[in-house]
Amino acid sequence: MRPEDFDFIAKMLKDRSGLVISRDKAYLLESRLTPVARKRGLKGLDDLVATLRTAGEDLLREVTEAMTTNESFFFRDIKPFDQFKAMVLPQILANRAQKKSFRIWSAASSSGQEAYSLAMILKEEGAKLAGWKIEIVGTDISTEMLEKAKAGLYSQFEVQRGLPIQYLVKYFKKTNEMWQIDSAIRAMVQFREYNLLHDLKTLGQFDVVFCRNVLIYFDQPTKSRVLDNISKIMPDDGLLYLGGAETVLGISDKFKPVPEQRGIYSLTRPGGAASAVPGTGLGLKA
Amino acid sequence: MKSCLIVDDSKVIRMVAKKILHELTFSTAEAEDGQQALDYCKGTMPDAVLLDWNMPVMNGIDFLRELRKLPGGEHPVVVFCTTENDIEHIQEAITAGANEYIMKPFDSEILQAKFSQVGLL
Repeated sequence: MRPEDFDFIAKMLKDRSGLVISRDKAYLLESRLTPVARKRGLKGLDDLVATLRTAGEDLLREVTEAMTTNESFFFRDIKPFDQFKAMVLPQILANRAQKKSFRIWSAASSSGQEAYSLAMILKEEGAKLAGWKIEIVGTDISTEMLEKAKAGLYSQFEVQRGLPIQYLVKYFKKTNEMWQIDSAIRAMVQFREYNLLHDLKTLGQFDVVFCRNVLIYFDQPTKSRVLDNISKIMPDDGLLYLGGAETVLGISDKFKPVPEQRGIYSLTRPGGAASAVPGTGLGLKA
Repeated sequence: MKSCLIVDDSKVIRMVAKKILHELTFSTAEAEDGQQALDYCKGTMPDAVLLDWNMPVMNGIDFLRELRKLPGGEHPVVVFCTTENDIEHIQEAITAGANEYIMKPFDSEILQAKFSQVGLL
């Protein structure tokens, strides 16, 4: 691949999705974009780049979607969901008791497993949440992934990665060789097309934000920008989840780690102190 | 080191499972059918049983029901591993006392995920 072609694609990807591809990852372009080129009847990457330079929105979108990682599974890493159920949720219920409503955001929701995992946890709580208005919103830039998420259809392989068998029996139906999540669980989640690099304000405010394994694909300034934007749509006592390999340290002064709660971050601004709830180390006060 | 009894009438499946389980630092024993497995458990209760459904002599579900009646038979974590992939079979397995359920084909990632869900890892 010619250096100027690489630069062209790398810049396009970064502008559109924040994704940073370094030169040593050029093989990724080769492996993921060759199928896109073939589908269009183009000979290879060189032809694809030539076409891209004058291409319309459709092809640019297709290339961006092919390059972004969409790996996702139910209850990924388990621990964050255990934390959510054991500590975060009880805090929300106590501190939003007056309002009886809260909103959760699954940012870069891919095929929807994280959002649906949260929905299943909430469903399990059943009676405790009677009368509450709870919104779970999943967003992604990939329309293909959003369609898959909305359909809630997963392969046998996908439903075996992280999903306890009792939940499969309880919340899924088998349709041919696929498994479809229950319509009651699907109804608990809204999926919307949204680019994390854009202004997030129209999404509204979120009490808990899951943005796990997303920042790892961005460069430092983009990470800072995204974290700053997320902080603006959270209440003072909101909580942010990042992936196991991610941190805010040295990237954003808007968040700080919640002590003893790996992967959870609270806001640093006045009123957002994690120490607000003594003994729990968690934010989310009334 | 935790122990796992691999119960499957296919030698190839036993071999694949054994390799994965050794990588997960389990000690393993093998049985070709439910009866052999039951005899083994009467001597030594393993920590885990990876269990096929369809086997000659005694099938997996009958083995599981017998196992749970044995003294100490509630101890092993039983993970089915079978080509039966409909809700009815899965429900029957859970009712009979299975802790998890793998639908074949499986790979090390699935086995590892399932074993960690039931607290074996």
